[in-house]
Amino acid sequence: MKKKNGISKEHLLYIRKLKLETVIVWMLRIFLLIFLLGLWELLARTGVMDPFITSYPSEILVTIKELFAENNLLYHIGITLYETVLGFIIAAGLGYIIALMLWWSERARRVLEPYIVVLNSLPKIALGPVIIVWCGSGSKAIIFMAVLIGIIVAIITMLNGFLAADKNKIFLLRSMGANKFQILLKLIIPGSLPTFISMLKISVGMAWIGSIMGEYLVSRAGLGYLIVYGGQVFKLDLVMAATVVLCVLAALMYALVALLEKLIIKYKAD
Amino acid sequence: MKKLLELKDISMKYQTQKDEITAIKNLNMECGEGEFLSLIGPSGCGKTTVLSIIAGLIKPTGGEVLIDGTPIRKHSAELGYMLQKDQLFPWRTIEQNVFLPLEVKKMNDEEHKKYALSLLEKYGLKSFAKNYPDQLSGGMRQRAALIRTLAPKPRLLLLDEPFSALDYQTRLAVCDDVYKIIKAENKTAVLVTHDISEAISMSDIIVVLSDRPARVKSIHRPKIAGTSPLRRRESPDFSGWFEKIWKELNR
Repeated sequence: MKKKNGISKEHLLYIRKLKLETVIVWMLRIFLLIFLLGLWELLARTGVMDPFITSYPSEILVTIKELFAENNLLYHIGITLYETVLGFIIAAGLGYIIALMLWWSERARRVLEPYIVVLNSLPKIALGPVIIVWCGSGSKAIIFMAVLIGIIVAIITMLNGFLAADKNKIFLLRSMGANKFQILLKLIIPGSLPTFISMLKISVGMAWIGSIMGEYLVSRAGLGYLIVYGGQVFKLDLVMAATVVLCVLAALMYALVALLEKLIIKYKAD
Repeated sequence: MKKLLELKDISMKYQTQKDEITAIKNLNMECGEGEFLSLIGPSGCGKTTVLSIIAGLIKPTGGEVLIDGTPIRKHSAELGYMLQKDQLFPWRTIEQNVFLPLEVKKMNDEEHKKYALSLLEKYGLKSFAKNYPDQLSGGMRQRAALIRTLAPKPRLLLLDEPFSALDYQTRLAVCDDVYKIIKAENKTAVLVTHDISEAISMSDIIVVLSDRPARVKSIHRPKIAGTSPLRRRESPDFSGWFEKIWKELNR
């Protein structure tokens, strides 16, 4: 075959096909979004759906603009972001450390297993009243809620990642004379990096659930508060607007973690 | 010849909830410096346990292991262990993988690193030093694993079926490769295998083990002409030895 710069014609064609496929997928994604928004707008404006109940895209946009101008949307975003990010960091960080300790001590693992199982299946929202009594009705209570919801899953995910380390690789390190701390440093922690990333991804979602749920319960500010308030006074525009902003923020935070993954994981696993 | 490794009356019992299993019973053998010894026996007879005991990773319930005449206590720094699969860490480059035992043994000074790199160069892996293991073929990965084992300059190599994860073609080539490197570096090696031809083609000494509990059935010193395992497989004496060991194993 004729080769240009070491690449054959077939290979070039193949690569072009792959690229084309990616473009098509993206175009369809955008098309789907526009289609759904258009349909929504159309149905609401022609009166097929009651816009009082469903609101509609252009109205939501206007509401977001108004919120920016009049109601300090940035302030509400700031509050919710602060609670979510702090809840995320504490849950993921503390969860990681606790999982490490459980990996280290098999006995602790066996002792604590039933407690973790029960805490995991307990709907944390049930603890709402207790949290309010303990932490008051401010950001503290909301962060506590976010941590509570995220930490158990973080511990379980991370511990499974640590325990999944290849037995033969542990054996290899022991044959080199490695102690437990060296096994942790050379194998367990670097080997569980992919699990760490998935744990972060799960924790991002959990932190949002925690902070919004917390705001439903106690807050005077934040996106969750705007949603609850909007619901109570039947301003669906406000509810939808806050939800849209929430969607965008959650997607951004997830994208940040995905970016982190690209930066730190450069190898292919076995 | 100087004795490097000696096993004296090694016994091993395992405790399980149901009962007590005797894995090894009064095992005696020795291996001189620079020799290649193969342990061959039916699968599940406790060959790997013998290696773990030599490596000091399991304490035998009876008997002792002597290296250079001194009983080993815990882990001996003079040992290098090679497992079934290469066990290269996928998140480390080949170079970093080869440095791993140096880091663990706190030998990662310039001198030892240089030696490790010189081994990579000598055995044709220099251009892959900065690559990750998934970019190498099975044979090259196993060679990298051997260089990792050799990096801290062990005197005794323990090989636990290091070729069994490879396909037949690669296996013959890698077996030849590994043998030549071990001989070139003048190392003593103990190989565990259940492949009779592999044992005959590589070893100076073959120790045939019995079914569980493992005892020494017989010890052979096949002196087959040929400088490498592949050459030895072509020798007219080869099939005779194969038959002999095969019969021993099935007796």
